[in-house]
Amino acid sequence: MTEAYIYDAIRSPRGKGRKDGSLHEVTSVALSAKMLNAVKARNGLEGQAVEDVIWGNVTQVGEQGGCLARSAVLASDLDEAIPGLAINRFCASGMEAVNLAANQIKGGAGQAYIAGGVEMMGRVAMGSDGAAIAVDPSLAMKTYFVPQGISADIIATEYGFTREAADALAVESQRRATQAWKEGRFDKSIVAVTDQNGLIILDQDEYIRPGTDMATLSALKPAFKDMGEVMPGFDKIAMMKYPHLERVNHIHHAGNSSGIVDGAAAVLIGNAEFGRAHGLKPRARIRATAKIGTDPTIMLTGPVPVTQKILADHGMTIGDIDLFEVNEAFAAVVLRFQQAFDVDPGVVNVNGGSIAMGHPLGATGAIIIGTLLDELERQDKQVGLATLCIASGMGVATIIERV
Amino acid sequence: MTDFTYAVDADAVATITWDTVGKSMNVMTQEAFMTLNDMVDTALADADVKGIIITSAKKDFAGGMDLNAIAKMKEDGGDNPAKAVFEGVMGMHSILRKIERAGMDPKTLKGGKPIVAALPGTALGIGLELPLACHRIIAADNPKAKIGLPEIMVGIFPGAGGTTRLVRKMGAMMAAPFLLEGKLSNPKAAKAAGIVDEVVAAEDLLTRAKEWVLGAKDADLVKPWDAKGYKMPGGAPYHPAGFMTFVGASAMVHGKTMGVYPAAKALLSAVYEGALVPFDTALKIEARWFTNVLMNPSSSAMIRSLFINKEALEKGANRPAEPDQRVQKVGIIGAGMMGAGIAYVSANAGIEVVLIDADQSAADRGKSYSEGILDKGISRKKVTEEKKAEVLGRITATTDYEALAGCDLIVEAVFEDMKVKAEVTKKVEAVVGADCIFATNTSTLPITELAHASARPEQFIGIHFFSPVDKMLLVEIIRGKATGDRAVAKALDFVRQIRKTPIVVNDARFFYANRCIIPYINEGIRMVAEGVEPVLVENAAKLVGMPLGPLQLVDETSIDLGVKIAKATKLAMGDAYPDGAVDAVLFAMADEGRLGKKAGAGFYAYDEKGKRTGLWDGLAGAYPVADAQPELTEVQNRLLMAQVLEAVRALEDGVLMDIREGDVGAILGWGFAPWSGGPLSWLDMIGAPRAVEICDDLTTRFGDRFKAPDLLRDMAAKGESFYSRFAPQKSAA
Repeated sequence: MTEAYIYDAIRSPRGKGRKDGSLHEVTSVALSAKMLNAVKARNGLEGQAVEDVIWGNVTQVGEQGGCLARSAVLASDLDEAIPGLAINRFCASGMEAVNLAANQIKGGAGQAYIAGGVEMMGRVAMGSDGAAIAVDPSLAMKTYFVPQGISADIIATEYGFTREAADALAVESQRRATQAWKEGRFDKSIVAVTDQNGLIILDQDEYIRPGTDMATLSALKPAFKDMGEVMPGFDKIAMMKYPHLERVNHIHHAGNSSGIVDGAAAVLIGNAEFGRAHGLKPRARIRATAKIGTDPTIMLTGPVPVTQKILADHGMTIGDIDLFEVNEAFAAVVLRFQQAFDVDPGVVNVNGGSIAMGHPLGATGAIIIGTLLDELERQDKQVGLATLCIASGMGVATIIERV
Repeated sequence: MTDFTYAVDADAVATITWDTVGKSMNVMTQEAFMTLNDMVDTALADADVKGIIITSAKKDFAGGMDLNAIAKMKEDGGDNPAKAVFEGVMGMHSILRKIERAGMDPKTLKGGKPIVAALPGTALGIGLELPLACHRIIAADNPKAKIGLPEIMVGIFPGAGGTTRLVRKMGAMMAAPFLLEGKLSNPKAAKAAGIVDEVVAAEDLLTRAKEWVLGAKDADLVKPWDAKGYKMPGGAPYHPAGFMTFVGASAMVHGKTMGVYPAAKALLSAVYEGALVPFDTALKIEARWFTNVLMNPSSSAMIRSLFINKEALEKGANRPAEPDQRVQKVGIIGAGMMGAGIAYVSANAGIEVVLIDADQSAADRGKSYSEGILDKGISRKKVTEEKKAEVLGRITATTDYEALAGCDLIVEAVFEDMKVKAEVTKKVEAVVGADCIFATNTSTLPITELAHASARPEQFIGIHFFSPVDKMLLVEIIRGKATGDRAVAKALDFVRQIRKTPIVVNDARFFYANRCIIPYINEGIRMVAEGVEPVLVENAAKLVGMPLGPLQLVDETSIDLGVKIAKATKLAMGDAYPDGAVDAVLFAMADEGRLGKKAGAGFYAYDEKGKRTGLWDGLAGAYPVADAQPELTEVQNRLLMAQVLEAVRALEDGVLMDIREGDVGAILGWGFAPWSGGPLSWLDMIGAPRAVEICDDLTTRFGDRFKAPDLLRDMAAKGESFYSRFAPQKSAA
């Protein structure tokens, strides 16, 4: 069978997703185009060098609407013969873009793709695209809809994670990310964002809070307690769906949940022939991909069943995986993953994650594939698995293997 | 004779007057709607007519739709009742829409005839939906009038445009209490809320209506939603503000209804889907959801029990043919919690009350209970100082039995003890007239035996009030073996005076309500003893529509009362007593002093203010939670069947004489899953064969208490339902 290889993986530094964030002045299209241009320049992709650009993005309205992928291609230096496909699988959009590209290559539909994604959360607010599952009473009641923060707190309640455990994970994420930056572990993959004059706008992640400790976090109030217990009372919905729960333990807050940021990432994927034609050396092969739908109320448990599925589908076991990236959407998601597979926390999110560096929704899936590959190379290990939990109850995973 | 009349006056203003034939309150029927339609057509077609006033000849405008008419609409549909209902509802929409457009040019919105609704009093349901379709609503300043859309209370929702119009008029958030809770307002409050446009003195109602018609301009006739650039107040669902409203609304409605009431869900869906489309499409959507609710067996059952049959029972469906027995003067013996409550509701209904207790201070305390309730009413502006004085003036608190002279009814509410009650009976009968009816308020003691103390057992009857008396809607009337018809009629007339709903049952242990509640509590406790997670037991009960889980219920009624009842029952039943497993838990709790809410400790833990903080964490230690937990539906089947089978047995035993009383009594008496229409309606809904199947399964696994009664097996074999086999006489629905 044709193999799909990763030839390059880059990402922008992540800016705070607020009006005073460094990337707030950059448009979604411009940041996307910068990523595409960087991939083109680093790999010499002249003409119709890739079959398509598959671009993940969650909030597809306003400047992120109207098939952002095509807009990004046209705004970039890529040939107009390359089309552009915008996709949305919520938080796994960037990973789904990579998987879709890889699987099309494996199936013979094109030799190479650029896959990735963008989310300018400070410019296009999360949720501003609407969502029937939250608003349409028929669907919201059928699915026992609760917001994600409540879902994360349900995971904590159901699987017994304390506030302390969640905070400890957050402190460790901050420590690891700080150290990774200090040691320059991301250097080869970070593409600084520059303006039209070549002046640097941002060249490193600005969301990290070095020095975060348990005391800092203990001052933060649970973020979802009021909407759960008072208005409009989502805990009651949780109780209706899970009648063995007497109450929801609200442990999550801004400090142990993923950060709202602006950012983008791109991965160049191609078959062996593409590499030979362009004189590029493959870094890893995409060994397996999987996706799954899960209970939409607890919503964020997807990484566990999708990992079980990807391993089973490909005759692998958890012991075959050297390093893991499990998106830190909320601390409980990662704690649950570690609990379910009994894996050493030392091999999960080695360089920190979204709690420390932020989670630009449409991009994160592609970001963590790149982060995983960088770390496999740094540690000279072979096999890595990346996975994310997803809104409305889904999970996506990718297994890469260095070649 | 028709329900509407038509007249045009000298100033060319047409008046359509609603006056339902043979009823004191206007109700809408299909025929009446057709009459109204014809009159509107006439007025619109008559070039001379300048405008229309729609009003009522009665003191109120209208009480609503004749719910029997809805049932008929379905029946007339034959094989496709949904189609018949949908088309019937769309027919109503087109008439109301015609009134709303009133002949105006749909493009220029000009040339329509002004139509005003003039409401002399109460306007409920269709009685408000019709005015909402008019161009202006003027209400008489009648503080007793109730204006609103109470449909949700009987398991449906406003389906003649009321939902769509109110939401478009005031926004989803503001309309929510009126649609989702059926909130009623007096005219001034309705004006403040924006439901009616104007409140005028009653005598000026028609003058003002006419004045408005004659002065109305084209623009006054255009509804906001028919004007260009209409935006829903508070924001449509995908507007940022509306988004939050709708996200919250689903959660609140779902949580509040526990997902068991189809009408609330359908209403919300009609509001959401309707908000995203033009007005006429929204009406069509409303009609589809309304049809969906009417086709739902839960709604039919709720309408049947909570509206039609409840009313029939209140109006004396089972009253013996005796002369008027309305109570003039009632003597209440025992001024404790129950006696004081009965005194209040009696005095409040205009009955003279003699409240007797052994010492004066106790009697006075009993009277001050009424004062407390009235004061609360004053602070909520529901009661005036005059009214308070009037009500309190009717109550004489005394220790003197001689004061009972002239009473035509005695309600004895002393301590639950045969001997004490017997003494009181004798003492009372010595002073009251020979015609006086003696009622004993008891929840556990057999009436036939209590009647032995009476010299006039045919005038001796049981009346079981529920606590708190002023809040609970049901009164259980118990016929002893010797009780005569006049005593029953007296009790029924009394209950009607105090505006509660009666059921009449024959005398047997625990009568009807308690007979069904006790097994419910016991089943919950039994499961805890078996190792079922207590929270699962409680939530399972709530998720099937019970207001309180069994453990919370026993905490509220107190665990020592449970112990007392268990001991007495065991004594009476001897070896046949089946509830040893329950008693093991109950007695242990009592021994530890965990007596329930009043002790601040029971199956639940309580804080120092007496507020429940959660299930007692010591329960898991005493009754370890099993590794394997049952499915939710199994827990629910056990909790429901425990009650429902008792209802069937009560019917088999002849304790219950009318299935309507079994259903209405269950909902009003102990809050039995109202969405089901009552225990017997629930069995009809799932069908006797399925019910027997559940019983057989539960019997195999949990014991003979779940054995299907012969009656149920027979019905399963014959394919019968309760409401077909025991159909009450046609005259009483």
